Formats: sequence, C-alpha cells, structure tokens
Amino acid sequence: QHRHLLELLKRTTVHGESNSALIIGPRGSGKTALLNHVLKDLREMREVRENLLEDPFLPGLLQTNDKVALKEITRQLQLENVVGDKVFGSFAENLAFLLEALRKGSRTSSCPILFVLDEFDLFVHHKNQTLLYNLFDISQSAQTPVTVIGLTCRQDILELLEKRVKSRFSHRQIYVMNSFDFKQYIKMFKKQLSLPAEFPDEPFAQKWNNNVQHLSEDKTVQDVLQKLFHHSKDLHSLHLLLMLAVSAVTVHHPLLTAADLQEASRQHSTDSKANIVHGLSVLEICLIIAMKHLNEVYDGEPFNFQMVYNEFQKFIQRKAHSMYNFEKPVVMKAFEHLLQLELVQPLERPSVRAQREYLLMKLLLDSSQIMDALQVYPNCPTDVKQWAASSLSWL
Amino acid sequence: MNTRQQSKLTHCWYGKPLGSDRKLRTSQYKGIVIISESSKTEIYIQLGDFILVEGVNADQPYVAQLVDLYEDGAQHKRAVVQWFCRLEEIPQNKRKLLKREISAQEVFFDQVLGYDTDIAAETIIKSIMVVPLHLGEELPIITLNKEPTFYVKQSWDGKCFKVLSPDTFSKLKEANKKRGVITNTSKAFIPSDILTPAKKEMESVVRSAAKPKKVDMEIESKHSSSKSSLAKERHSQRVANNDIKTPTARKKLELNSPTRSKGRLLGCEVLDLLDDDCDAIAPLQPSATKRKVKFTSEILGSPPKIPCSNKSTSSTSVTAEHHQSFSDTIRLSPCTEVKEFSDEDKDLREKDGIPSLGGYRKQSSQSPVLTPRSRRTCAQKTSALIAEQISMLDQEDFLSDSDSSYSSSSEEEEDDDVPCTPKKKTKSSRIFSTPKSSRNSAVHTPAKTLRKTPLKETPRTPRNATPEIPRRIQAAQEPASVLEEARLRLHVSAIPESLPCREEEFQDIYNFVESKLIDGTGGCMYISGVPGTGKTATVHEVIRCLQQAAENDELPPFQFVEINGMKLTDPHQAYVQILEFLTGQKVTATHAAVLLAKLFSTPGPKRKTTVLIVDELDLLWTRKQNVMYNLFDWPTQRHSKLIILAIANTMDLPERIMMNRVASRLGLTRMSFQPYTYKQLQQIVSSRLKGVKAFEEDAVQLVSRKVAALSGDARRCLDICRRATEICELSRQKRAPEMVRMAHVTEAIDEMFSSPYVSAIRNASLHEQIFLKAILAEFRRAGVEEATVQQIYHHHVALCRMEGLQSPTVSETMAICSRLGACRLLLMEASNKYLHMRVRLNLSQDDVMYALREE
Repeated sequence: QHRHLLELLKRTTVHGESNSALIIGPRGSGKTALLNHVLKDLREMREVRENLLEDPFLPGLLQTNDKVALKEITRQLQLENVVGDKVFGSFAENLAFLLEALRKGSRTSSCPILFVLDEFDLFVHHKNQTLLYNLFDISQSAQTPVTVIGLTCRQDILELLEKRVKSRFSHRQIYVMNSFDFKQYIKMFKKQLSLPAEFPDEPFAQKWNNNVQHLSEDKTVQDVLQKLFHHSKDLHSLHLLLMLAVSAVTVHHPLLTAADLQEASRQHSTDSKANIVHGLSVLEICLIIAMKHLNEVYDGEPFNFQMVYNEFQKFIQRKAHSMYNFEKPVVMKAFEHLLQLELVQPLERPSVRAQREYLLMKLLLDSSQIMDALQVYPNCPTDVKQWAASSLSWL
Repeated sequence: MNTRQQSKLTHCWYGKPLGSDRKLRTSQYKGIVIISESSKTEIYIQLGDFILVEGVNADQPYVAQLVDLYEDGAQHKRAVVQWFCRLEEIPQNKRKLLKREISAQEVFFDQVLGYDTDIAAETIIKSIMVVPLHLGEELPIITLNKEPTFYVKQSWDGKCFKVLSPDTFSKLKEANKKRGVITNTSKAFIPSDILTPAKKEMESVVRSAAKPKKVDMEIESKHSSSKSSLAKERHSQRVANNDIKTPTARKKLELNSPTRSKGRLLGCEVLDLLDDDCDAIAPLQPSATKRKVKFTSEILGSPPKIPCSNKSTSSTSVTAEHHQSFSDTIRLSPCTEVKEFSDEDKDLREKDGIPSLGGYRKQSSQSPVLTPRSRRTCAQKTSALIAEQISMLDQEDFLSDSDSSYSSSSEEEEDDDVPCTPKKKTKSSRIFSTPKSSRNSAVHTPAKTLRKTPLKETPRTPRNATPEIPRRIQAAQEPASVLEEARLRLHVSAIPESLPCREEEFQDIYNFVESKLIDGTGGCMYISGVPGTGKTATVHEVIRCLQQAAENDELPPFQFVEINGMKLTDPHQAYVQILEFLTGQKVTATHAAVLLAKLFSTPGPKRKTTVLIVDELDLLWTRKQNVMYNLFDWPTQRHSKLIILAIANTMDLPERIMMNRVASRLGLTRMSFQPYTYKQLQQIVSSRLKGVKAFEEDAVQLVSRKVAALSGDARRCLDICRRATEICELSRQKRAPEMVRMAHVTEAIDEMFSSPYVSAIRNASLHEQIFLKAILAEFRRAGVEEATVQQIYHHHVALCRMEGLQSPTVSETMAICSRLGACRLLLMEASNKYLHMRVRLNLSQDDVMYALREE
C-alpha cells in the first residue's frame, strides 16, 4: 500500500501525470498516517522537493459545502493575494476563478498539486458534487497536474458517486485494513509504551523499558490486551487504554503495574447507562424495575406512566415492607427525572393535548443492565431486589 | 445602460424626401433627427456623418459612417452604412498582424464583405467623429471636444490590414470637413493651409505635449527645442527678469529628459511659452533676427550653470538614448513624421531665416572654446555618424545638418563634465542605432510582465489579474521507457489525433453544424450517451475542424461558446457565462438574461453565427425550466443565428424532465452515443498505443471485453490499462523489460472491480465478527432482515457464552455497532434510539456467511 501510494504520488510530481485515488479503511486503521508517511518520504526525495509539491488538505467535517471548500483551496494554494483585490463576490465567480487558475497550467510547466480530501464521503453529499466533478475533470484533462486523494472509511463510497463523477474517477482504491494478529498487537503495545532512546534520564528509561518488557509477558496484562483486541483492532482504543493506565503513574509510583492496566481496562469497558443507574434513588430504581416487568409482560411494547404507577402500587401493596407509599405527584417527579436522564424515551414528541401520564414511553435499558446495576447498588432494600429478580411469581 | 437610453429615443426624418423609387416604394432622405425624450435634445445627423450603432455589447457600440437613408415600403426607416471596426471585433489571432499597439480610440475602415450594411435606423445612437490619420501619425487628444472621437488609420478586409487608399482617405477627410463646418468643431481639423504658420506650430506643440507615447516625446521636444529658440528669445525679451528660468528650460529641452514626467513638464512649459507668444508673434516677426543674437549670447552665458545643476542626471547615455529613440521614431515612420518635421523646419527657416541656424552654429563653435579639442572632434565624429544614419533614411540635407549640429552642440555641452573616449562614443551610438526592437522595449517589458504575473509574494496585484499556479522548478521528466510512454498515451487527457469508432457520429454532427452555418440559421441538437463514450470529445473535435475550415475561408466565421452544467453553481449562471464569452461583460444573471434575449431576438447588423455547447444539460434543470426554455427558444428566433449542441447522459431527458414546451423547442434532431463494444474499445486502446510495443494483443482484448461487459466506458478502459502498466513496471524490476501480459491486466481488473466487503469482514476484530453472526442469527430467527440492537445483543451474549468469551457490556456493543456502521457494513438508524436502533446488513447474508466461515 505504502509503495503503491508512493509510486502514484511520485509519478504526479516527477512526470506531471494526473491521478485520483481513494484510500479506504475502517476508523483508526491508519489512513492518514499512511498518507503522511508517504508525503514525508516523498519530500525527502530530491527531485520531488524541488518541484514544490503543494497539497491543500481539506477535512470534510470543516468544508460543509463547496463554497467553503473552494475558499479554503484558494487560501491554501496561496492564491488569495491575487484574489485580495477582487471583491470576492459570488460562489460562481469563485469557481470560475479557480478553474481558470487550474486550467492555465499544462502538464510540463506548472507544478503539481495534491488535493487531500479527508472524510471524502462528506464531499459526496455536496450539491451536485460540483467540487468532485471539477477536481476529477481536471485530473482527467491536460491541465495542471493534480492528484486527488480521498480518505474515507466507507466501503460503499463508489456507489455514492454520481455516474459522470464516477466515470471521471480513475478507480484506484487503496484499502487499509487492520490485518495484524495478536502478537503484532503486543509488539505495538510495547513500542507505544517504551521510552525512546533520546530520553534524557537514561537509567530511568532503561528501568521503564525493562518494566514494559516484563509487563508484555505478564499473563494478566495479556488477558487485558486480548480482551481489548477482541473488541476492536482500532489503535486509538489501545492508546486510550494506555493513557488511562499511564495517568496513574506518579513520583511515588514510578512504574506501571499490571493492576494499573486492569483498572484502566475496567474503566474503559464500563457501561455508561449502568453507571447512571448507580446514582438513582430507591424510588427511581423501583420505577425502572416496574418498567422492566412491564417490558417482559408486554414483550417490549411501549408503556405510559399510569401503567408504571399501577405496577409500582401493586408492589407497594403486596410486597413492600420498607418502602414508603409515595404520593402520585412525587412518583411523577421521579419519572420525569428518569426521562431527563434519557433512561426512558418518549415515542413521539410531547404534545399539548396529550396528558403526560398517558404519553407512551420506552425503556432504554436492557434487563441485564438493570440486574448488573442492582448487584452493585449500595443499601438496596432486599424486598426491592427480590421484586427485581422474581417478577412473575406474584403476578 | 444604452438599452434604457435607447428606449427613450425617437427617430424622425429631417426634411423632405430627396427622391423616391416608385418601384421599390422607397424614399430617400438626407438626414435624420434623433430626439431624446429624457433630455429634450435633438441630434441632427446627415448623410456622410459618422454614427454609433447599437451593437452586441451595450458598452461598445459599433462605429459607422452613414451612407444612405431611406424608408422602405413598410414604413421602416432604414439606413445604409459603411462600417468601421474596433480592435475588439477583430479576431484575436489576426490582431498580431498589426504589429503595433492600438489605442482604444482607433478603429479600422471595414472592408469585410460579409456584414450587412443595411440596418434599421432606430439603432443609430448618436453622431461621433472619425478622423482619418496617416499611418505614422499619432492620435491627437482633443479635450475641448465633448463628442467621442475615433481615429482611423488602416483598413481591414477580414484577412489583413491595409493603409487607407488615398481616395477613401480624402473622402473621410471631406466628410469631416463638412461636418466641421456644420458643427463648428475645433479648428484642429480645419486644413492646415488656412492657418497661419504660428498657429500650426502651436497645434503641433500641443499635440506633442499631450502625446502619450514616450518615444515620440523626444522627437517632439526636439522640434520644440529648435522652435523654442524662436519662442524663448521673445520670452526672454519680454520677461527680462526671468533669465534664470530660461536657461533651465532650455536645458531641459536639450537634454530631452528621458523620464516621462519631465517630458510632460517640458511640454507644458513649451505650451505656456507658446501660448504667451502666440499673440505676440505677429509684431515680433520683423525683429526676430535681431533678437537672435541676443539670445545666443544669453545661451553662452548659461553653460556654466547647466553642468553644475546637471551633474546628477546628465550623462552621455542620456543624450545617446535620445538620439537613438529619435532615429527609431524616424525609422518607424519615415514618410510622415519626417516630412512633417522638415516642413516645420522649413517654416522655421522661412521665418527665422539662416540666422537661427547661424545662431546654433555660433553657439556650437563657441562652446568648444571651453572644451579640449579632441573632444570636439569626437563629437563631430558622432554627429557625422548620426548624419549618416539619417541620410540613409533619405532625409533632406538641411534637416540632417541642423540635427547633427544640434546634437553635437548638446553633446559638447554635457561632455564638459563627463570625459569620454571617442571609441566609447562611437560604440554607444552604434549600439543605439540598432533597429527598433531594442532598447525601449527591453526596458519596458520586464516591468510589464512583472505586473502581469501575480507572484505569491506580491502584495498588490492588478484587479483583473489572471490567476496562475506557480511554475514548477524542475521540468517534468520525459517518459524514459516504453511502459512510461505507453502510460502517458493511455492517460485520458492525452488527446489522440483522431477519434476512432466515432466517425459516423462525427460526420453527422459536422454536417449538421456546417449546414446551419452556411444557411446562417439556428438550430438545436441533442446528444446523449452514458459517461465515457466520447460525446464531449467528439463535439470538440467537430468544433476544431469547423474552426479550421472557417480559418481557411471555407465556412463563414463563427463564435464558439461552451458552458458546462457541472461547472456552474446555479443554472442561471449560464446566462452570465454565455454573455461573458460573447461580449466580455460581467453582469448579474437576470440582467444577462435580458441582454441575451435582446441580442438573439433582434437583428444584429454584424453578428456572426454562434455555436453554443451545453454540456451536462440535465443540471440546468430548474423548477420553472426557464433556463432551458430560453436556451432552446433562441435558436428558433429568426435573427438569432444560434446553434446549440446539448449534451447529456440520459437518452429520454427531453421526455422525462422537460415540459412539453421546452421539449418541443429542442426539436427532433437527436443523436445517441452507444456504449463502446469490446472491439471498439480494443481499437481505441491500440490506436493510442500505435508504435509503442507495450501490450500483448490478448491483454488488450481482455480489458476491452471486461469493460464492455460492464459499462462501455472508455475512461475506465484506459485507466485499467494504465494501472496494468504500473503493475508490470513494479514486477519488472527483477527481470528484463517486458510487455504487459494477461496476468498484469487481470491483477489490475481485480483491483478495480473487487468488492472490499469480504476482506473488510475478515480483518474485523473478533467481537465485530461475533456481532455479525448475531445479526445473522437474529435475522434467521425473526425472518425479517431488520433487527434492533437489543435483540442482537441477546444473541451476541449467547454466542459469547458459547465461545467461552467474556460478554461485552451494552456500551461496548454499541461501539462495535457504530464502527461497523461507519464502514457501511451495516445500515443503521439515527443513534439516539440507543437500544431500539434498527440495524440492517448492507451486503447479502451469503457474503457475510462466506466471509465468516473461512476462518
């Protein structure tokens, strides 16, 4: 991949040949890293450096429409000085201006330009795909040599292109995949964590690196990493985990331990919604348990507050020994709190006409999540726990 | 602007009909009156007057001379005119035939036969002046005259420029004179023989003072210097206490300061002097000779002043340059300028007699007293050289004589402080005597080009700078090997000499446009075809051929305009672009539409046929379809002379998206480009590779068959071939150079057409794969190809338990789901539904099964 891309760019710069290519790969698979690496290599080559390769870099998240993108291109090509005096009126003038600028050059005379379109899929959604059409059109005609490189994580990107845009694209796709196995993953882990040779405090660096080597052979650490590896091969998540672990390092605790990593992993993988449940009051927990039972009874059909309240009333009357019988408005308040926490979600927008009690809701928690949360909930009344576990027994 | 103005003008005849033709039922008139309602003014125009006629471009009306006025049988006021054409109307490629710079006010006597000289009288805007000039003459600038004035020097007959023939010249002159009497224009145009010599002198100096060109500055000031001897003497006599001023003025005159501002200053001064003297000229004339002596003595007194005040600026090169440019101008216009010059000198001599010359002589002979003898000889040598030069140009003896004496004197004056050897002197004069291409232009061009090409660093550039990508420092490498050569030829941008497999379509389009061109009518043609079948390329080829034919005079000339729907930001911008192509104006879309409609619906006198290519027509679609409607409506107008070639992808576009009235205007001339068959593709590739042995025959065939089966897109075919050469080159490293074989082509094809999904799934992480399995299980259970995350999650947990893995939390599952969604392996709903988000596979279940089973 690296070689392919390097060859491609070299040809653009040295021979003035126009091209277009797409780099496709899932998130965190190193598309941008690959491109940057190639560009760095390219700049080290003598003949290329002299040719003054320009590369406007256009992140798709910033260039929300073609107009912004065009302005950015002119800025990055340092043409704005020319433009400076002009009253930069309409989008149309802008486009005409840039096209004229690019049309001026020929294969042999003007210096090649490399357009990098990050988040290429977002450019596809621009109106008429004007920008893409024009860029590809330039790359397909004898004008200034350009290379258009798109970075995207969408596998179906080509289907999104309009037919004439697609026809002008030269169909070079470079796929970047996370095709490494666990051994390489461990190696990467070591490399990420090791201190570089130029670290000033040399004895410490040695000690640290030894520790890292030791860690990588540790069973628990390998387990942690294996788990993460199974979840995602994305290197960003590995970085995140290591960051959490390394932040535990202090002056008194200079070396990373396996326990640190385990703790980090635990933090990394905790369920966000279950976390919220931990902070609820007993009444709110009771309401959630009531909703859970309703879900089981009606097989996931939506419910409203009145149903939840009835369920709760049943529980209070029959089973509850430690629970105080709350007034309806109080229960309503608790219910609205849950709504705000987005543990329940209304099916439709609340309207003025519908009474709040009868608004249809859905629970956004899975029963397993509720059970997990209850397990760790501090001072949970036993009858509530029993109710949660065995709902059907008394219905 | 003019359109509005015009609407308020009323035209009516002046006087009674001169004569009438019973048969044709026409009656002729000798004048027309244009009444402007807004300003309540009446303009009276006679036969023979010069007029402005409304044209394509509202800012630049046509120039013409009124030849005849008549009213035809249908009560239409008509006028017959003799056209003049502006520089802008001459094709770009012919302009270079002129080999000189043209000011905006210069027009050419038009002898092109094709133009219609019979126009509607209503299109006349107002009267103007057209002044005939000799070729070498400079354009005078008349400030006293309110009316716009044009100058004519040459005629233009469509192919080359000619000097005005004497009779046309005199005719024009006569027309002017007549007009001069009627309108009482400035006396500058009353023939010179009526004027007194003094007045004529003034006129020429006025002219010289205001002259824009630098080169001529010198020669004129040269005149004036010789004349100023006369003027100044009086001046000095009258203003006795102004002695200090005179020598400086004189100094300036003689130095002929090279900078422009100085020159202008000088001109003004001379003008002032002459203005003063004009009144006094008559009484002073008799005593001219007497004062001459006085003047020279004064001059003799001044030399000490000149060198000291002049040290910084005066150098040999200054004067030498002056001589050079002087001789240049003489060479540029030997017949007119020099004659004028000598005429004036003769006048001078008549007035002043020999004494003035004698004065000069005396001066030059006296100043050498101050200088060493050797220097004087060198000066004489140069003067002799210059004299030789000038005599080569067939000058009168007197002129060269005075000139040389003048130059020697001035040189000697300056040589006082700048010592120089004769060798240097002669050398410099020799250098400067090189023909006109030289120095001035060399000095000026760098500055000009600097300003024109906007460098990155230049903070301020002119308004209408043309943008440019910086040049590359190193030249692009030429292809070294056979494969590289082949790759270059296979690039889509490489323009082949001919378009194979599209001969028939080419001929059809060519015939269509050609017939319309010859008839001078308008028409539409709709061309459709899938992308990459050579529609645009063929049309461009047709236009190229037609342009060539037009240049060889096989066809009437035409204008070619191209717009591309994709390159417009808004359908209405099409008007702006067309108008800009046609006339160079830049206006808003709505205004442009009005102007274009007017342009195409009214009979224009000098209009050429316009060929308009509308690429990507479907993008010009708007809700009301007014853009398309207008585009296709114009050719149906009688006077439009517009040929439209519309290009789009879909064959049934007119039926599908156009309203009936638009579709009917498009007409039935259609052509569709079929996708290329594999044989045609093969032919295209091999024609491009002619002479380069890089591909195996079978390999080309494989590519062609593969592409033809899919889309028939030639671009795709060429891209695959190009990729194959790259693969070949990479694998070649080890062995000797070889041809592109089947294996390489297959690899390239696989690369381009392979589905990425399977490999994407195989490289996914374990839990992602399990999640996909869970989806499959859920689909199988429910029998619906859609499931919520919650349902899938249960399956996922179950699967994990089976595999003996730790089951993920809901948050982690959501993360997995969104990752797969980002790759578009899954299609998901908006993520705010959390567990109830519905998920669907973006590829078939079988593919997923296949991908997962392998491991």
